[in-house]
Amino acid sequence: MSTFRIGGVHPQDNKQYSAHQTIVDCPLPQKAIIPLVQHIGAPAQPVVEKGDKVRVGQLIAKAGGFVSANIHSPFSGTISKIDTTVDGWGARVPAIFIDVEGDLWLDEIDKSDNLVREGILEPKEIIDRIAAAGIVGLGGACFPTHVKLMPPPGKKAKVLIVNGVECEPYLTCDHQLMLEKGEEIIIGIQLLMRALNIQRAIIGIEKNKPDAIAHMQKLASRVLGMSVMPLNLKYPQGGEKQLIDACIGRQVPSGALPIEVGAVVDNVATVYAVYEAVLKRKPLISRVMTITGKDVAKPGNYRVRFGTPLTDVVALAGGVPENTGKIIGGGPMMGRAMNSLDMPANKRVSGLLFMPEDESRRIEPENCIRCAKCVGACPMGLEPYLLARQAELQQWDGMEAHNIMDCIECGCCTFTCPSHRPLLDYVRMGKAKVGGIIRARSAK
Amino acid sequence: MNIVLIALLVLGATGLTAAVLLFVIAQKFKVEEDPRIDEVTEVLPGANCGGCGFAGCRALAEACVKADSLEGLLCPVGGSETMAKVASILGMESVAAEPMVAVVRCNGTCEARPRTSEFNGSRSCQIMHSCYVGETACPFGCLGCGDCVAACQFDALHMNPETGLPEVDEDKCTSCGKCVKACPRQLIELRKKGPKNRRIVVLCRNKDKGAATRKACLNGCIGCGKCMKECNFEAITVENNLAYIDFNKCRLCRKCEAACPTGAIHAINFPPRKPAEPKEEAPATPKPAEPTVPTTPAPSVEPKKEEANV
Repeated sequence: MSTFRIGGVHPQDNKQYSAHQTIVDCPLPQKAIIPLVQHIGAPAQPVVEKGDKVRVGQLIAKAGGFVSANIHSPFSGTISKIDTTVDGWGARVPAIFIDVEGDLWLDEIDKSDNLVREGILEPKEIIDRIAAAGIVGLGGACFPTHVKLMPPPGKKAKVLIVNGVECEPYLTCDHQLMLEKGEEIIIGIQLLMRALNIQRAIIGIEKNKPDAIAHMQKLASRVLGMSVMPLNLKYPQGGEKQLIDACIGRQVPSGALPIEVGAVVDNVATVYAVYEAVLKRKPLISRVMTITGKDVAKPGNYRVRFGTPLTDVVALAGGVPENTGKIIGGGPMMGRAMNSLDMPANKRVSGLLFMPEDESRRIEPENCIRCAKCVGACPMGLEPYLLARQAELQQWDGMEAHNIMDCIECGCCTFTCPSHRPLLDYVRMGKAKVGGIIRARSAK
Repeated sequence: MNIVLIALLVLGATGLTAAVLLFVIAQKFKVEEDPRIDEVTEVLPGANCGGCGFAGCRALAEACVKADSLEGLLCPVGGSETMAKVASILGMESVAAEPMVAVVRCNGTCEARPRTSEFNGSRSCQIMHSCYVGETACPFGCLGCGDCVAACQFDALHMNPETGLPEVDEDKCTSCGKCVKACPRQLIELRKKGPKNRRIVVLCRNKDKGAATRKACLNGCIGCGKCMKECNFEAITVENNLAYIDFNKCRLCRKCEAACPTGAIHAINFPPRKPAEPKEEAPATPKPAEPTVPTTPAPSVEPKKEEANV
């Protein structure tokens, strides 16, 4: 069994709390707030006005640029206002407010659970439908999917790698999705293969999900060119570049995109969204979220429409446990601690993790002992101790020279540091700074 | 005896040859430099803080010597006094510069601005700013980790543990601008020191709508525009729900201070108002105003020793 070659760590996966919990639909809220920034790139531009009646699946905001994504109404009702809202980290984002009335869908959407086999579609039409449906990578980065499917001229995709790794501890939404919607995912992969005009697809799944491996293997064996690759456990295997290394043994050069080695990577949840968008004409209006934690009453996987207040979803899982010290949006490694639950679900948040008070405190950092454990753990082959020091001293050009922009912010360095130094804090801050400097320079 | 003599002679001859050689080379490869650069460097403070915009004091001296007039060249640390000395060395006219001082434009004290979360990461404003809104609900306010304090080379900034805000020591502040760059929220501004060190400032940077500002902080500017109407000199502008006082136009009449319903406008180093006029500054926030009141009308007892809450 293979895995990626450079670095990596082995955190306890703690998936037992929510694993194998059937996906439950979250009930519709009274009022919904749809943020217009749910993806990487330019904010979407609203195309509805206050007082408009909308139906489920109707376009309410248009992509604001090439790297941007459409946003559709997940509810039917009346637009009460277009204003700003505060997300779980205190940032102000533009949003559309909807008073929910009933559940009226657009006529062309097939909202049944019936399996639709592939129709004969041109690659261009598949990509257009994906773009129109506002699909973004649901693995975490939220990069618009249709942009990935259009390789720059001169580059040719050779293999599609489907990310069913879910290396992030605690999260189980992708695992459950593979078990419940395996057939749909396979059809989605076929659609993507046709869109990219390639004959080979690999589904990478870590071996701590043996049932998903067996299930997907059974389904994939029927399709020519599709295979399932069981992978050894190691974090961050779900990282794009790590997964490419693990699956096809090729390393993406520093600063380049996966297309450089002929690979396109998509998450299983994204592939499922592609299936729904292309064959059932259902835009991306919901996702599966994992609500989990040691003391959560009903940890599990919930299908949530974007715009549902997170407090509603949490109530469904039994409310916030009393001893909660920290709420993390996402998993414990890549997620960010939130300062409020008063935010709507969106494309970005793949899970909520409730950490008990005694587990959520950081340990007081001590001096760097030059053990180089972080260097060994870094999956991108960087030197985190050095980058953190440079960020502390604000040596931005030095950081750039040491390839800070390759950092994927996986947190292996902080996880492995025996002195409990907050390496990623500094590295991430420095990366943001250097990124700004590089953008300013190229804009000149 | 003979050995000593020989040794002396040999060493002496070697030394002499080397000296002559060095002298010739030194003359041959001499770098012509204006001697005035050294003189000017002498009178500059030598802190190499970079406040003037040059790499260090010597770089500023070189620029001064090269330049035709001293306009635009200013050592903020030494101020006009130093520049006058520089001007006399160079035989130029000194350009009078208004003394400036750093002002922290946030008054979100611990009482006025309740903490909504606790940041458990590294105590650095830069990092906290990159992670989220901060420990309070105000996305514009001071984060309180003291990046500016660490950046100050002149020991002029200190955190006040009671308010959780940095305070400027006006006597020590040289307006070099290091803290301005260090603050990730652009809270610190260099403003004119003003006559008798008196100045009027809006101590808030919150651009949210009034209600949102009010929710996050009792001392915030809600952008009501009362101060703008009160001002006779058009010194106040309200943009993005935030008032700003142009220090070049302000005549220090203190009308705006009295008009401000939240106490966001502060008159610094003014004598206390006469109790006869019950003007009641900041009536809306009796509680939060307390920690700032003693510093606002700077007591004449302690002219400037105590850092005014600037």
